[in-house]
Amino acid sequence: MAAMLHSVGVTSASVTSNKFTAFSINSLPVIRSESRTVSFAINGTRKTGKVTTKAVATQAENPTSAASKPGHELLLFEALREGLEEEMDRDPRVCVFGEDVGHYGGSYKVTKGLADKYGDLRVLDTPIAENSFTGMAVGAAMTGLRPIVEGMNMGFLLLAFNQISDNCGMLHYTSGGQFTIPTVIRGPGGVGRQLGAEHSQRLESYFQSIPGIQMVACSTPYNAKGLMKAAIRSENPVVLFEHVLLYNLKERIPDEEYILSLEEAEMVRPGEHVTILTYSRMRYHVMQAAKTLVNKGYDPEVIDIRSLKPFDLYTIGNSVKKTHRVLIVEECMRTGGIGASLTASINENFHDYLDAPIVCLSSQDVPTPYAGTLEEWTVVQPSQIVTAVEQLCKQ
Amino acid sequence: MACSATAKILQPLSIRSAEKSQSCSKMLSPSSFLGSTPLPKKLFSVNKTISPLARRSATIVAVSSDVVKEKKLKSTQNLLITKEEGLVLYEDMYLGRAFEDMCAQMYYRGKMFGFVHLYNGQEAVSTGFIKLLKKEDCVVSTYRDHVHALSKGVPARQVMSELFGKTTGCCRGQGGSMHMFSKEHNVLGGFAFIGEGIPVATGAAFTSKYKREVFKEDCDEVTLAFFGDGTCNNGQFFECLNMATLWKLPIVFVVENNLWAIGMSHLRSTSDPQIWKKGPAFGMPGVHVDGMDVLKVREVAKEAVSRARRGEGPTLVECETYRFRGHSLADPDELRDPAEKAHYATRDPITALKKYVIENKLASEAELKAIEKKIDEEVEEAVEFADKSPVPERSQLLENVFADPKGFGIGPDGKYRCEDPKFTQGTAQV
Repeated sequence: MAAMLHSVGVTSASVTSNKFTAFSINSLPVIRSESRTVSFAINGTRKTGKVTTKAVATQAENPTSAASKPGHELLLFEALREGLEEEMDRDPRVCVFGEDVGHYGGSYKVTKGLADKYGDLRVLDTPIAENSFTGMAVGAAMTGLRPIVEGMNMGFLLLAFNQISDNCGMLHYTSGGQFTIPTVIRGPGGVGRQLGAEHSQRLESYFQSIPGIQMVACSTPYNAKGLMKAAIRSENPVVLFEHVLLYNLKERIPDEEYILSLEEAEMVRPGEHVTILTYSRMRYHVMQAAKTLVNKGYDPEVIDIRSLKPFDLYTIGNSVKKTHRVLIVEECMRTGGIGASLTASINENFHDYLDAPIVCLSSQDVPTPYAGTLEEWTVVQPSQIVTAVEQLCKQ
Repeated sequence: MACSATAKILQPLSIRSAEKSQSCSKMLSPSSFLGSTPLPKKLFSVNKTISPLARRSATIVAVSSDVVKEKKLKSTQNLLITKEEGLVLYEDMYLGRAFEDMCAQMYYRGKMFGFVHLYNGQEAVSTGFIKLLKKEDCVVSTYRDHVHALSKGVPARQVMSELFGKTTGCCRGQGGSMHMFSKEHNVLGGFAFIGEGIPVATGAAFTSKYKREVFKEDCDEVTLAFFGDGTCNNGQFFECLNMATLWKLPIVFVVENNLWAIGMSHLRSTSDPQIWKKGPAFGMPGVHVDGMDVLKVREVAKEAVSRARRGEGPTLVECETYRFRGHSLADPDELRDPAEKAHYATRDPITALKKYVIENKLASEAELKAIEKKIDEEVEEAVEFADKSPVPERSQLLENVFADPKGFGIGPDGKYRCEDPKFTQGTAQV
């Protein structure tokens, strides 16, 4: 095991028999983007300021490689799995708890094949007891492991609210800093295709007040892998929101190892006229609306906020200072959603820079109906985004 | 029947040959639980018109004090403890009692606030179990956790400081009475909501198993989860019983059945009040023991902990005990029958152990008095220490919210909020 540590270039203070002290946060190369003003391609591939290179020599040695472009193509759920697998290889303390994550491979195949590779204990199939196995993850984290809890659907984690709020969020504080809870709680949420009200919940608004947790939402294979790895390496409890409809997105991602910052937002499309803040699936509705807007002569700046808690006020602020108009597009409910908090936050910090009131487009405050037409009307559609931008820019 | 069967319990050899095998020890492995209460095989129906006291007396009282009443003491072979062990047990129980009594005093003098739940009367359970553990073993408790922390080794002064809300408390004053944690002594809390600690204990036991099977370490660490009768109606309890047996986790679930959940009698809230029976329903041994007798508890604990260490899985131990004070210092305790309280006052575990130790000539009255004096001084000193300790500064407010304070995010100026100089003053905008 010591050999494995050195091969990935991790310097550990002392690889003693106590394996749990081998990984100190200082030895991990956390990547923070230094280049915020560079324009990026719309398909989402992005170079970060510093990339940690794995010891992969094959690319340079094989000039006749079939791939003319660098990197490899995969689907979002495969990117999550890749990130997970890399972290499980790197650190034997990382384990997964969840329903059907092991033998079944995960209901969205994020953990497919991992139980065969790592065994039934590292990829633990739990009985249907969310509150208890989330609590188990907390206890395991307190005693040295780094568990990842998968909610088969994020909505199921409502049953684990007790453990997420009291123990994940607060235990580090109430223990006076003695115990850390480096867990990752992840799962698919959001409105799918006629999944019904209870399977279409957006828990980010419910969890956002819990002190002591971080929340991130992934939206592309690139950021899914990067955020997964960052969340696993973080010493804080992190809730990673995935979206049911985004699992089959395809993208080319780098071969080299990379992790993304949990606290930063992502510039999707720089622009001049209006700042559109969004996350998760709504990013794609926004980009679709952006095509229409560009044709109509507008130049929207699209930012995927990614970090739902805390907000990256630097990226957001710079954008507001440039465009002076803000549109928030989210899938949360109108009441008490992420958009509501973001509106308050921007008003508090950047009020002087606004030329118009912030517009927030959210889902209707209704339980998501089953009927397809009704479901379509509960979430924000690209045409609504276009209309909102046009109105915003008139003021 | 109860009496004669009890006499057999004290002699380690005879119980294995006892003809009447207990329904609980029939359940699993050859290990049998010395000290456990032999309950009649035929289940009696719960008659709600009988007061809890009378109902209990039908089954338990006759069995209870036999350990201390036994007078055949020709040699120390018949005794359950050595002198050193006896003194350790006595000191620990006396510390628990003296500390809790001091807490009550300090509370009424306005030195501590909020909800304070005292452990008087239940010391035998904490001492009986925790004194068998190693430092690496973990203990998880509920809000009635002062004595569990003390038994595990957390210094009295740290616990008292925590109660006073000072920075020198075991949790820097941030946790309070219901959140006693100690990384050094592996006290994993201290939980305010009942039931929420049981999964945490299950997770700690999981880590122990993980260390053995994934890291291939020689790990036999055990976790003890303490909780009350009220918790045994909670979903998390049952969910964890299931998972613990499923994965054969090295954990012991210790139920401190003191018959009352604030003002709710156990008999009024539980369809089948015999909690030990819920163990076999999930595939683990369920053992019932007299929780006012530290020696009996210790014998059962030895077997349960060894089972866990050997990798045979979890055990559910129901300790029938009683709390002499109200649920918390805010509870007027008017609902419980004074006769019931008086009965249990005569069964004080500390007095019982003292009697046992003296009658079996393990120690003299003077030695015990010396221990009491030492503990009284320790508790006084803890109060003085807590009094003199500083209250937390404003700068402590934002610390420890996140293990990695980058979690507070990036401010409008591009810097992480935790880099803001006001952060260390506790006045930064987060």
